[in-house]
Amino acid sequence: MGIMALMYDHVQADTIAAIATAMSEAGIGIIRISGPDAAAVGSKLYRTPAKNRTDISEWRPGTIRFGYIVETDENGEESLIDEVMLSWMKSPHSYTTEDTVEINTHGGMFLMNRILELVLKSGARLAEPGEFTKRAFLGGRIDLARAEAVMDLISSENEFARKSSAAQLEGAVSARIRELREKILYEIAFIESALDDPENYSLDGYTDKLMSVCQDLEKEMRSLLSHAEEGRILKDGIRTAIVGRPNVGKSSLLNHLAGEERAIVTDIAGTTRDTLSETVRVGGVLLHLTDTAGIRKTHDKVEQIGVDRAQKALDSADLILFVIDSSRALSSEDEEIAARIINKMEEGKKCILLMNKTDLSSGVKEEDVKALFTSKGAECPPLLFCSLQTGEGTKELGDFISEMFHTGEIAQKNEIFISNLRHKGAVQEALDSICLVEDSINNGMSEDFFSIDLMNAYRVLGTILGEAVEDDLVEEIFSKFCMGK
Amino acid sequence: MEYHIDTQVCVIGAGHAGVEAALACSRLGLKTVIFTMNVDSIAMMPCNPHIGGSSKGHLVREIDALGGEMGKNIDKTFIQSKMLNVSKGPAVHSLRTQADKAEYSKAMRQVLEKQENLTIRQAEVTEILTEEGRVTGVRIHTGTVYRCVAAIICTGTYLNARCLVGESITETGPSGMQRSTGLKDSLNGIGIPLRRFKTGTPARMDGRSLDYSKMTIQEGDKVVIPFSYSTDPADVQIEQVPCFLTYTNEETHAIIRQNIDRSPIYAGIIEGTGPRYCPSIEDKVVKFAEKTRHQVFIEPEGRGTNEVYVDGMSSSMPDDVQQRMYRTVPGLENCVIVKNAYAIEYDCINANLLKLTLETRNVDGLFCAGQFNGSSGYEEAAAQGLMAGINAAMKILGKEPLVLKRSEAYIGVLIDDLVTKDNREPYRMMTSRAEYRLLLRQDNADLRLRKYGYRVGLITQEQYDHVCAKEKMINDEIARLKSIRIGAARENQEYLRAHNSADLKTACSLAELMCRPELGYEQVAGLDPDRKPLPKEVTEQVEINIRYEGYIARQKRQVEQFDKMENRKIPANIDYNDVGSLRLEARQKLKEFRPSSIGQASRLSGVTPADIAVLLIYMEKYKVQQKTEQAGKDTDND
Repeated sequence: MGIMALMYDHVQADTIAAIATAMSEAGIGIIRISGPDAAAVGSKLYRTPAKNRTDISEWRPGTIRFGYIVETDENGEESLIDEVMLSWMKSPHSYTTEDTVEINTHGGMFLMNRILELVLKSGARLAEPGEFTKRAFLGGRIDLARAEAVMDLISSENEFARKSSAAQLEGAVSARIRELREKILYEIAFIESALDDPENYSLDGYTDKLMSVCQDLEKEMRSLLSHAEEGRILKDGIRTAIVGRPNVGKSSLLNHLAGEERAIVTDIAGTTRDTLSETVRVGGVLLHLTDTAGIRKTHDKVEQIGVDRAQKALDSADLILFVIDSSRALSSEDEEIAARIINKMEEGKKCILLMNKTDLSSGVKEEDVKALFTSKGAECPPLLFCSLQTGEGTKELGDFISEMFHTGEIAQKNEIFISNLRHKGAVQEALDSICLVEDSINNGMSEDFFSIDLMNAYRVLGTILGEAVEDDLVEEIFSKFCMGK
Repeated sequence: MEYHIDTQVCVIGAGHAGVEAALACSRLGLKTVIFTMNVDSIAMMPCNPHIGGSSKGHLVREIDALGGEMGKNIDKTFIQSKMLNVSKGPAVHSLRTQADKAEYSKAMRQVLEKQENLTIRQAEVTEILTEEGRVTGVRIHTGTVYRCVAAIICTGTYLNARCLVGESITETGPSGMQRSTGLKDSLNGIGIPLRRFKTGTPARMDGRSLDYSKMTIQEGDKVVIPFSYSTDPADVQIEQVPCFLTYTNEETHAIIRQNIDRSPIYAGIIEGTGPRYCPSIEDKVVKFAEKTRHQVFIEPEGRGTNEVYVDGMSSSMPDDVQQRMYRTVPGLENCVIVKNAYAIEYDCINANLLKLTLETRNVDGLFCAGQFNGSSGYEEAAAQGLMAGINAAMKILGKEPLVLKRSEAYIGVLIDDLVTKDNREPYRMMTSRAEYRLLLRQDNADLRLRKYGYRVGLITQEQYDHVCAKEKMINDEIARLKSIRIGAARENQEYLRAHNSADLKTACSLAELMCRPELGYEQVAGLDPDRKPLPKEVTEQVEINIRYEGYIARQKRQVEQFDKMENRKIPANIDYNDVGSLRLEARQKLKEFRPSSIGQASRLSGVTPADIAVLLIYMEKYKVQQKTEQAGKDTDND
């Protein structure tokens, strides 16, 4: 048997996909599709510069081509999502040693997520964190030096997670996990002492007490699970759309928050013709900002794409920052935008009104701004004043968003990019075990059965803190490892 | 002139570990010598008069299933028997007996004396002889050398022992027996470091001096279940001897508190580490100050003696304090002490230097078992003795060693814990240490372990056939009960009502009906006209397997996960220096310990999950490299 045949031994049956570049970086991003159906998945979504279909598997391996990613609606109509460069690598000449398609976009977080969703709809499954690296590794693709580096990273990552679970969960949550474990352990210890020394410790009447402990545990775990979502927002960030008519300072806001000049800022209205994205941390909250071209009626074709995208950014945002130029009178465009925001607010989206350019003399009354909403029977969103030119009021914005988040104001859409899936899974398993204990109590089982499931709950909660070894350890550790690579 | 005697196996010590080890080796056809400081102390029970108890009863059953002697011997010599936790699930039922100590020892001595291939020798072993890291013999105090290929150290609590009663310290082994001193230097010389543990025992009293009318009588079970699968249950329905329960009180505790500075432990005289699970009465009073009383069981030491054991009041207080404190206990007001309570300190090893076969890693052919390995308890000792004996024999016979997994036996848990974990006090078995205890029941030890006893040669063909037939009957009956459907017909509903059970909504299997708490195998008999009579040992298993099926299935799934890790063997020639990123502590531990599987490595203290991940990756890489190299060779050959 030759070496090639051996190399294929490991090839997995399914095709996986994920964003292969770090999530927090904007600019160029890569969505990697790896596995036997990589070419087929890519072919469904990719169109040539002439908007034609192509069979990627027939391309010469190792080529990269310009084109578009399209979304096909239920009527079979295609709409353009983004311009991309798409590369095709044939097994075993790829990172994972499997057939691989990589979609290079310049579109920032939002567009990358969007494309990834389409890829997943087209037959790939979401890669587990670290799964590409694992496949590469199992494929013998990683050489000695590389494997050592991977080990270093895993080691340090895990050491970090073990010492402070802050990276995985917020400190308060890990403290609660510890508390839960202590409670569970206490009950196990009690049952076990009584079983070990039945003549000394009696379990008479104990089941009632345990039942109430289990109910408490159940309640706490359920609340923990609902907070896990909050934790996810904290980690993955809030999708935030910056909207407003041209030249009110949307790009300045993005740049100000990002701390560097990313968007092209001029005084000429309509400079931003595309959506620009940036991921920033504001007051402890991660924001995925999308700066939209001003929403206005336009005949400029290129700008029309931008305007459509702005609407899409609005559609997918958790938080809308509506920027208004306080030095100028309101326009019909402001009304148009407010109307769209009202729609979104009715869907439960949050919005903040930002009165920019307070360094200039005021050209609009606060009541008129409020009337944009109140006149249509909607509640006016919170209103903040700032000058992006001088920086006045921007700190308050950060604080305000942070507070809004911490008080649970922002309800995020449940989506596939749950970062600490493993932790959530562990709490869920612990919860299931506690429910099994309750079942056992209700079924009149004897106490020794309770500790089987109590122990399981204790054990799985321990995996969150890195205090127990999971059996599928490689899987587990790889998932703590940076997604993709 | 040095005198030589040739043998194959030397067993040092004839306590509960030593006798099992010696019997296993000699029964497997090896010439064996068992050394004891005193032939009258063979299988002596220097502490409590029990065999069995929670989880220890499991060990005895397992020893018996593998072909050991303890179960048979206690069935011959018990004076009271009780199944503990009968109101609880089957996993924690545990048999506990009161032994007639003298009879137990005598009966075991007779077994040894009748055993072919086995010689009993009263002598102190003073030196382990080795050549190039292999055991070649042992030297006794007279200078005579017994040449052997395997030696099994089972010195219990005798090695450099000293006993403490307050300020009075005597350099003796347990119960005034002569201690052994010579072996320490020899062991240190061959790279076996020793450490110091302590344990304790309560006073023995003259039973005639106690007033039992002030205590609660504790009788044995009406129907006694034997420990051994070979014992005819009819033979153990004997007249039993009762025990008695009384309590300490505030007055007892006050005397202890007033004199606490005279306790050798609290005065700092004792260096050894004592067990937390078996505290002395002074420890109980200090550590559980809120408790106003503690249980005290008065247990006979045998039929032929007045001596009673005062269970629950072990102590190392001075005699005068003992005299006063015991007398505060109701019924003990006029007690006459025969033997003082005492603490005993002794040399033992950290079992981390053993392989799972109980052979030392650095001296080939040297095995260790029992309290010498840092355990406590007769049953724990016997279990290790049996396994050390079996593995010494397997090694000499060139056969595969016997290592029981944690998922297979309490013995597996016991040895894995001793060898792998960081034990800082004498180790006692507990059911909570067994992760998969629902599968490791005392009622199915034969079904779990007979096959291994048969494989090594301690279980006969007939015994093995019996358990195979039993297993088949169990499986057939379970399948049959699952296949019989009971419909919601009127006569069935009436039958159920008559048995205080709810009506059927839809048809279900007999097995499902049996899962109702109020029903069971016997209760559904009327709905099962085709039932054939089966032995009780079969129907008991059928019932347990059906009623607890969901829980058993869950544990089996956990075992599958566990086995995956156990089955990932670490290459014997792995060079841990070559594994990058291991933390220093883990690297040292792994190098020193050389675990055989990833499962075992993960249980080593000081090895973190991250280290295991690193190790797994290294192993994968190693595999890929090997494949590639192999493939390279293949290509060259093309």
